[in-house]
Amino acid sequence: MLEWILEPWPWYVTGPLIGLSVPLLLLLTGKNLGISASLRHIGAICAPRSKLPYLSKDYNWRNHIWNLIFVLGIIIGGFIGNFILSAEPAAFLPTSYQSLGGIALLFSGGILIGFGTRYADGCTSGHTIMGLSALNWPSLVASIFFFVGGIISTWLILPLFGL
Amino acid sequence: MKSKFFTLLMGIWFGIVLVKGQLVSWQQINDMFHFESAYMYLVIASAVVVGAISVALIRRFEPHTIDGEVIEITKKPFHKGLVFGGTLFGMGWAITGACPGPIYAQIGSGTLLAVVTFIGALAGMYLYAILQPKLPHNSWNWSRAKAQDTSSAT
Repeated sequence: MLEWILEPWPWYVTGPLIGLSVPLLLLLTGKNLGISASLRHIGAICAPRSKLPYLSKDYNWRNHIWNLIFVLGIIIGGFIGNFILSAEPAAFLPTSYQSLGGIALLFSGGILIGFGTRYADGCTSGHTIMGLSALNWPSLVASIFFFVGGIISTWLILPLFGL
Repeated sequence: MKSKFFTLLMGIWFGIVLVKGQLVSWQQINDMFHFESAYMYLVIASAVVVGAISVALIRRFEPHTIDGEVIEITKKPFHKGLVFGGTLFGMGWAITGACPGPIYAQIGSGTLLAVVTFIGALAGMYLYAILQPKLPHNSWNWSRAKAQDTSSAT
């Protein structure tokens, strides 16, 4: 009966479960869903003597420990989802990324993610899910430009690498 | 302590859904931006509908958290970074098949190459930390009045 759990879930299961994490997180912990800020907290932990205002002045990662616990949970959840709740573990990246060129592409993409989400004050969870749920109009602007960027990469950049 | 436990539990929930919903799949992201599959759009739309109804109910009835604390819903103000940074992030999303949540979920799912994406993201965050004082964080004229209404984001 519960075999469907082991298959990839349909949108009408996935979407509402993602949406429900907004009120559950608020009611259980009082926190607004958001993930990309964790990069800042990890950066501040790795560079405790940094003079950069973004990582030191008026900012203490200890006030944001919940976010690190949350991403730790995501790592654990990723493991459970792929190895326990799946008929067979799936691979999520193109096989062509298992090369020097692929690693360079992933690293460059990672830089864009880290820089972009911090400059934009949030990512798909903080803006597109949490921000839109709260009807926060700047989050809609951010989400639209996430898609603009995605379309630029998918239609103009990835084809240069045969993807 | 109780809230830390629930935070971990919600992270696990989120990670499982990201993986089981294929939101960590490069191919799924690629299909979305090629407009070849409605899946991601339906996921995002239904998530936002459920989220928006929930937030409206929370605003209406003002429940407290299970620890008895007042629930605050953050307002993120508009500034140019949402446009410039947002576009750059979107580019990275399509290249790596991951936004920040899925980076962690991919690592947990045994996609070891996602560690490269993660190190890149930390480097990008550090680049932002260096350049932050020089980057425009103001709003354009047309929205200046509105931007002043909102308090600063965390």
